Amino acid sequence: MTRYAMTVDLRRCVGCQTCTAACKQKNGTAPGVQWRKVLDIETGEFPDVRRTFMPVACMHCDEPPCEEVCPTTATQKRDDGLVSIDYDMCIGCSNCVMACPYEARSIAHDVKFAYGDKPMANEAKMFDPARIEVASKCTFCIERIDQAHEQGLTPGVHPEVTPACVNSCASGAMLFGDIEDPNSNVSKLLKETQSFRQHEELGTGPGVYYIWDKNDEEL
Amino acid sequence: MKNSNSSIYSKVQRNWDWRAAGNFIGGGVGSGLIFWSILLSPLGYDSLWLMLAGLALVGTGLFCVWLEIGRPWRALNVFKHVSTSWMSREAIVAPPLFAAGAACWLFEPLLAWPTALLALLFLYSQSRILLADKGIPAWRHPRCPQLVITTGLTEGCGLLILALPLIDTHQPWSWALMLILLGLRVLAWQHYRAGLEQASAPPACQKKFTAINPQFLWLGHIAPAVLLGFAFVQAEAAMLAGILAIGSGAWMKYTLICKASFIQGYSMQHIPVRGQRAPQRSVSAH
Repeated sequence: MTRYAMTVDLRRCVGCQTCTAACKQKNGTAPGVQWRKVLDIETGEFPDVRRTFMPVACMHCDEPPCEEVCPTTATQKRDDGLVSIDYDMCIGCSNCVMACPYEARSIAHDVKFAYGDKPMANEAKMFDPARIEVASKCTFCIERIDQAHEQGLTPGVHPEVTPACVNSCASGAMLFGDIEDPNSNVSKLLKETQSFRQHEELGTGPGVYYIWDKNDEEL
Repeated sequence: MKNSNSSIYSKVQRNWDWRAAGNFIGGGVGSGLIFWSILLSPLGYDSLWLMLAGLALVGTGLFCVWLEIGRPWRALNVFKHVSTSWMSREAIVAPPLFAAGAACWLFEPLLAWPTALLALLFLYSQSRILLADKGIPAWRHPRCPQLVITTGLTEGCGLLILALPLIDTHQPWSWALMLILLGLRVLAWQHYRAGLEQASAPPACQKKFTAINPQFLWLGHIAPAVLLGFAFVQAEAAMLAGILAIGSGAWMKYTLICKASFIQGYSMQHIPVRGQRAPQRSVSAH
């Protein structure tokens, strides 16, 4: 069984926000709607301070609370682990927005573009009226994943079928692949390193792993 | 923790406003009124108009939600996920509740009893909607449903006490019931707030509840209790107690839905180790 997941190597991320920009470019999200963002976290006290960058988006959970609360079945978890939204089914009740512990979902209430009423080329191309007044979030570039099977390509290996954020990452901090495949890039990396997932105590089983150190055995 | 990006901090959700609160307020007081007015009707008053008023309040609450959803003309899709969604379950209970109420009014008074049961189910469903929302620590706390339910029942009894003299006569037994419910609500309130503290809910969320606590206790519980005692001398005092019980409950629920609904916030359990290995530290970003 395929289970797509993402790894984010916090040791590598430099906070350049290229993934954020790539996501905006690729998906044409409205101003104020960010399916992906990079948190800029400062910890410690002078002189022992550290700055860490943490990309966040939909975690495509094993047990998505958004799917559980959705009254319409618009939100569905697929067999490959991706959590999708049927925009034609969603009523925009925001219950899923409240249920998500990762602030991954948002609702665009108006048709807005980055520079006023006139859309930029990518916005015009990607504009989808079905996405207004309904919940939306990172899809892991689901249409690319769906093309993988048809084209005989592997998500996370071939850029054509890999999420835009992963392709754009300048420092190679983000990887994508099938975590059930022991030979996938994400499986190998997770074996070599120590990672955590956000708010695991809530039982959601997030599909995004944050790598923070080498595996003890590697040291 | 210092942070140059304010979005990492927990902030109040902005998707559910007074309209969502209106559903919990209208649904709570309406279903509470239906339940108590029918349950106490053997005391000798006609519960029909009270039940219809309760249904109108439940309907008003649902109308508030309809105003809030982004795609109101697709509202019927709300019935599609009864297997797990408490919002669907709330929606699925509503039509039988109204149908039973209408049938009771038009055909068979004995249908009042199933109507009371359905009102209780409606209130319970509302409380579970909040519990399922894992992104809001104040709602997902296991003690939240009991607060929502006791508040709805208290408000409903408050409205019963207020309305009874207008259509019939004062019922001192309803005053005694109200005293019990006030006690239960204050216990649920304190228990809930203690639970939030134990669960380390966002401090800003707890501050919102702390801010309303004195008024909620005095105006919402102690003053109504005193007035109910005085009602045995001057019956009209009970009506004022009812108003206070309703108003304070609505105010608390508005705070719960719109003001104290701080989102989870992000967490970073480990700071990345770059270069020389450092001791493990944990950061929770509320």
